[in-house]
Amino acid sequence: MIKRNPQVSITTISSTQEERDKILKRIEIASILYEVSDPELPGISIVDLGMLVDIFPEEDHWHVMLATTYSGCPAIDVIPVIVKTALEDAGITDVKISMGISPPWSTDWISEVGKEKLLAYGIAPPNGSPTLHDEGKPKQCPQCGSTHTSLISLYGSTPCKASYKCETCLEPFEYFKCF
Amino acid sequence: MNAKIKYLLHLADCPLILGQRLGEWCGHGPVLEQDIALTNISLDLIGQARLLYQYAASLVGGKSTEDTLAMLRLEHEYLNLLLVEQPNKNFGATIVRQFLYDAFNLCQYEKLTHHDDPQLNAIAVKTLKEIKYHYRYSSEWVIRLGDGTEESHRIMQEALDELWRNTGEMFQPASYEIELLKEGYSLDLNAIQSIWMEKVSTILNQAGLVQPKTEVMQTGGKEGRHTEHMGYILAELQFMQRTYPEMQW
Repeated sequence: MIKRNPQVSITTISSTQEERDKILKRIEIASILYEVSDPELPGISIVDLGMLVDIFPEEDHWHVMLATTYSGCPAIDVIPVIVKTALEDAGITDVKISMGISPPWSTDWISEVGKEKLLAYGIAPPNGSPTLHDEGKPKQCPQCGSTHTSLISLYGSTPCKASYKCETCLEPFEYFKCF
Repeated sequence: MNAKIKYLLHLADCPLILGQRLGEWCGHGPVLEQDIALTNISLDLIGQARLLYQYAASLVGGKSTEDTLAMLRLEHEYLNLLLVEQPNKNFGATIVRQFLYDAFNLCQYEKLTHHDDPQLNAIAVKTLKEIKYHYRYSSEWVIRLGDGTEESHRIMQEALDELWRNTGEMFQPASYEIELLKEGYSLDLNAIQSIWMEKVSTILNQAGLVQPKTEVMQTGGKEGRHTEHMGYILAELQFMQRTYPEMQW
């Protein structure tokens, strides 16, 4: 499930017991992180949103590296706290959480499951390539499925979204911009 | 304080002060969509400033943190451009100020993404993605309002004529930039000026706005000499930390 993020690989094959234990611990931590939702998108895992960069052992603890989405996202200070709490609730306390900026997070890291969940939640998922003058365009209206939509504003309720209107059902909706 | 720290503070102070200015729009935007757009850009800018302050604080050392740098310096220690401290006035003037700054920031950050300092490089790569959206937003509004009604055109031209005198400073290196240019740490502002001018002229042409011919440029912000507006901004920005030191949200 976490293989979709290009930064994360759990495919290393090792022979020693110690190496195997490390892999199992990584998978255990990843499975717990998969259950943590973005505070502004209930039910959508931070892993599906491509925010998990890496999990690795460091001295006497495990280091969970998460990606910062937008520099000013208010969730930046909240996410490490809820991730730490989720891990502690599962009995994993020897862990350090950090929010990194390099390599920069991209909407290309959002998994297919993540995109489906965004759509089901009422937010049109990113569709296109993140370059200048191209935030992409929603494939369809999340309410009625119409492809006839128009941009209202490049920004929405959070910096990562644009405001759109469906020309068929006339409902407003939000579009997750390519980034 | 060495030149490198001053340069980082200059880079950080611009988005902090502009972010604070845009935050003043919260609840006062002309329509809901633009209210949240301006405040979302404000959030981006403050987030960018945080990354730079964190880096600067690690170089300053001691008890310095991103918060002490942002909240507890004196007016003459802030090294932002005069442009970003200018008042919001109306939506048109806010957009013109934003556009002139975004165009500069875009040129500046495109260069910084090739910087040899890995930390500054990573910050630039990260924030350039956001700056591209800011530039797109403000340039589209300059065209829409400049090429809009007679009244919107007049307001935009007035704002442009008034703010233009604050653009010269962008390309005039401060003492710390001159020092850092020798080692290639700061940017060649002459090279940026020509790219900026081209971007700005293209959009102003499309907007039907006339590029002002101001010859006298206001300078000083980058060296800590500010306009009368700066004290008021800091009074609001710093009030809580000054009154209740080290308070947490």
